[in-house]
Amino acid sequence: MSLKSKLHDLKEKYKGKKMAPAFNALHTFLYLPNEVTHNGTHIKAADDLKRTMNTVIMALVPCLIFGMYNAGYQHYLAQGMIESANGFLGASFWTIDNLLIGAWTILPLVAVSYGVGLAVEFLFAVIKGHEVEEGYLVTGMLVPLIVPVDIPLWMLAVAVIFGVVIGKEVFGGTGMNILNPALTIRAFLFFAYPTWMSGDKVWVHGAVERDQMIAAGQSNLDAISGETILGSYAQNSTVAYDYWDMFWGLIPGSVGETSKFLIIIGALFLIFTKIGSWRIMLSTVVGALVMGLIFNGVVDAGIITDSSKFYGLMSVPFWQHLIIGSILFGAVFMATDPVTASQTNKGKWIYGFLIGFISIMIRVFNPAYPEGVFLAILLMNVFAPTIDHYVVQGNVKKRMKRLKVKAA
Amino acid sequence: MSKDIRIKKGLDIKLVGAAQKELDNAAASSFYYVRPEDFHSIIPKLVAREGTHVKAGETLFYNKSVESMKFVSPVSGEIVEVQRGPKRRIDAFKIKADVNQDYVNHGTFNLSGKKAEEVKNHLLASGCWSFVKQRPYDVVANPTLTPKAIFISGHASAPLAADLNFALLGKEKELQTAITALGMLTDGKVHVGVAKNSDSIFTGLSGVELHKVSGPHPSGNVGTLINKIDPINKGETVYTVAAQDLVIIGELLLTGKFNAERVVALAGSSVENPRYFTTKIGATLDTFIYKNGIEKGANHRVISGNVLSGKQVGESGVLDYYSNVVTVIPEGDDYELFGWNKPVFDKISPSRALTFSWLNPKKKYDLDTNTNGEHRAFVVTGNYEEVFPLDIYPMQILKACMYKDLDEMEALGMYEVAPEDFAVTEFICVSKQPHQKIIREGLDLMLKEIG
Repeated sequence: MSLKSKLHDLKEKYKGKKMAPAFNALHTFLYLPNEVTHNGTHIKAADDLKRTMNTVIMALVPCLIFGMYNAGYQHYLAQGMIESANGFLGASFWTIDNLLIGAWTILPLVAVSYGVGLAVEFLFAVIKGHEVEEGYLVTGMLVPLIVPVDIPLWMLAVAVIFGVVIGKEVFGGTGMNILNPALTIRAFLFFAYPTWMSGDKVWVHGAVERDQMIAAGQSNLDAISGETILGSYAQNSTVAYDYWDMFWGLIPGSVGETSKFLIIIGALFLIFTKIGSWRIMLSTVVGALVMGLIFNGVVDAGIITDSSKFYGLMSVPFWQHLIIGSILFGAVFMATDPVTASQTNKGKWIYGFLIGFISIMIRVFNPAYPEGVFLAILLMNVFAPTIDHYVVQGNVKKRMKRLKVKAA
Repeated sequence: MSKDIRIKKGLDIKLVGAAQKELDNAAASSFYYVRPEDFHSIIPKLVAREGTHVKAGETLFYNKSVESMKFVSPVSGEIVEVQRGPKRRIDAFKIKADVNQDYVNHGTFNLSGKKAEEVKNHLLASGCWSFVKQRPYDVVANPTLTPKAIFISGHASAPLAADLNFALLGKEKELQTAITALGMLTDGKVHVGVAKNSDSIFTGLSGVELHKVSGPHPSGNVGTLINKIDPINKGETVYTVAAQDLVIIGELLLTGKFNAERVVALAGSSVENPRYFTTKIGATLDTFIYKNGIEKGANHRVISGNVLSGKQVGESGVLDYYSNVVTVIPEGDDYELFGWNKPVFDKISPSRALTFSWLNPKKKYDLDTNTNGEHRAFVVTGNYEEVFPLDIYPMQILKACMYKDLDEMEALGMYEVAPEDFAVTEFICVSKQPHQKIIREGLDLMLKEIG
């Protein structure tokens, strides 16, 4: 008996039982189900939610792999064990050593994110008796990419449980949530464990550990500094990286958000496959540039002088905001989540623009932490239904007007 | 006078098995069935009891809420059975056809000098009113409401649809008579949509406002036509009649006979030699699907109607009251290893997510009935809008129907739509939601609550 028919028999056996959703979730991973249409359209297009989610994951894989190399590279670089790589193809970047240490620290993050998140999803599906929906496939991939590399695994696990339960399941599961689950997880980490989410020690693998060793009295060691570019700007100090490093991604930061180059490749893939919304991506970028220009204007007009603590970030050339911090990653992979974004095409323009605009505003003015992309996206997640409401009202009003013209 | 309508949003679903332009006669069906469920929302009151003999065109039942609206037998014969379902609901009239057909003679109806009321009463009494449908609600028209216009689509854009120019060949006189009669029912115009760049049988007719339509499906849907020409407002009614039914109306007016004969396309990838047949409403499909057609008992789906909005009937099924196409496609009740992530070349997809139908837009596909995925909540946004030409927000109106908010349904344009307008969005739906069913239930709710 073939695997196919064995699994089919098992499916029949589990039908109607508690465990059916869990079995089906695994079964449908292996085989596209034998489900047929009833009345309605008798044929269906090839795309389903699994394929859609899988496409996003494929767009994220380059960022993940790059993130692994970069984790090792930053680790060794900070310890002075390797030379700075000159450019994207620099010899000291794509080394086995970098990959090994990167994989060693990042793969556990991926495993915890998927393991814990999917366990929660399966649990809810079994309790509530619905199929396991695919929403977490992308969330589970995003989470390791937007956290600092050394985040303790138990913190990640707690945050994932919080994010999936409070961010998604209480609203009714995939498709019903208001807030982006991956960002809910990040927000939870940020507010619950701020020391692990910001500062100059968390972005490079080993830096925190080294600090603890120094504190324990090993005075022969030097502290590892892993200041991000935003951190440097926020303290009005000079930045140690050039623009190409920022663009290629050879800088400290959250795991997957550093390489603007690979994010743009992912964005082009998502736009080409028609899975990601180019409207949101483009308008977010435009919004960020506009806010950057406004700040540049304020600085040029002399309203803010270099004695201000905002001077450093405000004077960053407007276009440079795009290659520092996580604005591009947020625009391409976070803001475009169809469930939490605006659902109308017009609304997407407004929604994206405001995300870009507010991101840079928070980035500059946030006193605690010089980045605001995730806060801006979460904020606009909340307002997306309102934006949609007014866009749809436009259509409704047109209909009312037509009626009035007739009646007159 | 003609105006051009260009549809940009939509999707042409190209399938193998389009009917060749050959016309065969179907074998005479020994039994005919009339199913009241074909007339959505009509509550039938039985007239012809079991065992009685009826002529073709004789009343079988009438509409409980509009008693003058008769529904008639397509053939003369004996009613051998009135099949009933739960709560004694009438499922079907089974009629054993006579060898020699005998028609009720209504007499020639001369349209000149007649009033709208007389035309209406004639159509109601003869059973031809059943072909006149209305929007809002997409049901058999309520004769007490005067339509602001009448819409007819002479352009079939649905996959494997019957070519109207072929199916209606030589019926110009009937079409003209029917259109003249219908034109008397409205103060507005009779709008007819025809395909651009093709000679339509409707082009030469008088008393019509001709619109040349181009673009992908659903450019040929009457709902698209209405939305682009004269959208329905609250409190307004339009009538729609399918092109093939005009022939029956026209013939009744000309000869006095209700002739249920219809040219039907037999199409689909399971059909060996897809072509056209002359048959009658209510005939059993086995009278024409086997000969050079489909293999008996094979694993395929027989649909009365097109693949998007038709009804699954099976090999022993019956041609329903409104369809002019019977489609047979393979069933897709099999698993596909890694079907959700491997590259797909043999299925249609509006995206490019490792699906490659965009490479070859002219290719014809052999699709089966597999859903290609499981039912999910609405997740993806913006893709319905790409294939939905009406000035309506499709996802929002579907959701309004699901949570049954009547005010919102009304505000979003529910009076303008019919289930078939949501066929293409249902086809491409990533979440595999039953759009047409959702809209039908929404319309039924509005009909019940608002009327």
